[in-house]
Amino acid sequence: MSGVRVLVGTRKGAFILTSDGKRDRWDVSGPHFGGWEIYHVAGSPADPARLYASQSSGWFGQVIQRSDDGGKTWQPVGNQFAYDGVPGTHQWYDGTPHPWEFARVWHLEGSLTDPDTVYAGVEDAALFRSIDGGQSWQELSGLRDHDSGSSWQPGAGGMCLHTIVQHPNDPGRIFVAISSAGVFRTDDGGKTWRPTNRGLHSVGIPDPAAEVGHCVHRLAMHPARPDVLFMQKHWDVMRSDDAGESWHEISGNLPSDFGFPIDVHAHEPDTIYVIPIKSDSEHYPPEGRLRVYRSRTGGHEWEALTAGLPQRDCYTNVLRDAMAVDSLDPCGVYFGTTGGQVYASADAGDNWAPIVRDLPAVLSVEVQLLP
Amino acid sequence: MIRVMLPAHLRTLAHVAGEISLHVEGQVTQRSVLDALEVRYPMLRGTVRDHATQRRRAFVRFFACEQDLSHDLPDVPLPQAVATGAEPYLVVGAMAGG
Repeated sequence: MSGVRVLVGTRKGAFILTSDGKRDRWDVSGPHFGGWEIYHVAGSPADPARLYASQSSGWFGQVIQRSDDGGKTWQPVGNQFAYDGVPGTHQWYDGTPHPWEFARVWHLEGSLTDPDTVYAGVEDAALFRSIDGGQSWQELSGLRDHDSGSSWQPGAGGMCLHTIVQHPNDPGRIFVAISSAGVFRTDDGGKTWRPTNRGLHSVGIPDPAAEVGHCVHRLAMHPARPDVLFMQKHWDVMRSDDAGESWHEISGNLPSDFGFPIDVHAHEPDTIYVIPIKSDSEHYPPEGRLRVYRSRTGGHEWEALTAGLPQRDCYTNVLRDAMAVDSLDPCGVYFGTTGGQVYASADAGDNWAPIVRDLPAVLSVEVQLLP
Repeated sequence: MIRVMLPAHLRTLAHVAGEISLHVEGQVTQRSVLDALEVRYPMLRGTVRDHATQRRRAFVRFFACEQDLSHDLPDVPLPQAVATGAEPYLVVGAMAGG
């Protein structure tokens, strides 16, 4: 029977959770890299034994770790993220120009076809790529060189490139999302980029419908329908049916349209999941009730999924990279909280149970299907 | 040989236990010691000094002979006791943060 491996990044290390296809009994390994912030652990879609981890620390900076055996052993690989050419400036919080400075890797995304090719989304916002298994990194600087680059501003969490979505069939097309600049798309493998934010409306920026400047929190795509994108924005849940050319709101009956993660069911392209959060200053579930909301209609109509989730006194958050789905049948859904719980549902969200309850604050959750 | 003591997280990263002994060619300075450290343990590149500027990371400190050498210029000779191996050169994670 197939198994699953859940890769969890936390404020103080990484954890690897494994189970068979029933997904009711779990082995927990970790902490790996104890004491370090693990923003993301990602498996290669082309080789499940190949893992990459972003390990960082306020003291010692950025390290990238690679495993070739599914997380049993790790080796540090390249950690030099040098911006291409003269980096220039972006806008600082006070509106003044601020030099581009590398802080950390937020997100790693393996190539769909080559285990040695991996993308890194970094703060200050830029996209890097390695084609040698993480040993060396080159910036795809056409993104940051876009005319709007000098006007990008950090959000409260820093100016991070946090989402990388690859087209399943067209290797030239990649979407990225930056807080708080918005969504950008390349159709030539990363040489040139253009913003794809039409239809987004953000109160709190001078022109609510500006081409650039939106605080996009997360994007999701189903590989069977790559022109349909879903977005959790700072406020608003959005959908595009034309590969990002235009967006429309699908928040519908959600109790709050603020939140961080969004994901799509592995077998139902119109089934999507979000976790509403009360507001941008009160980063916890409305009414202290932790609810995943599922739409089976591609948005607008949402149902609360509560079975097994705390329905009182719950004031944790779920961060943007901390939800994932597996491709078993029924589809498994997973998310981690800033309170250190990792919840799993083996029935597409109908019922939930914690795999672990007391980890450090969870920054990211990924899941792999094992042969 | 130059004796170097790393903070716990960097010992783990470099897969070493306890003190490190380094051979340093020429004058013993902070730059020459850290250069030798990074040649022997390349996974430490970027964790003590910035890759590009070679400046000390903000929350890393350098101590030796009960002195804070963190603000000394990198090419100033280290104390004779460090150069002879009588005293270790300490790379320290600053007491900061959580």
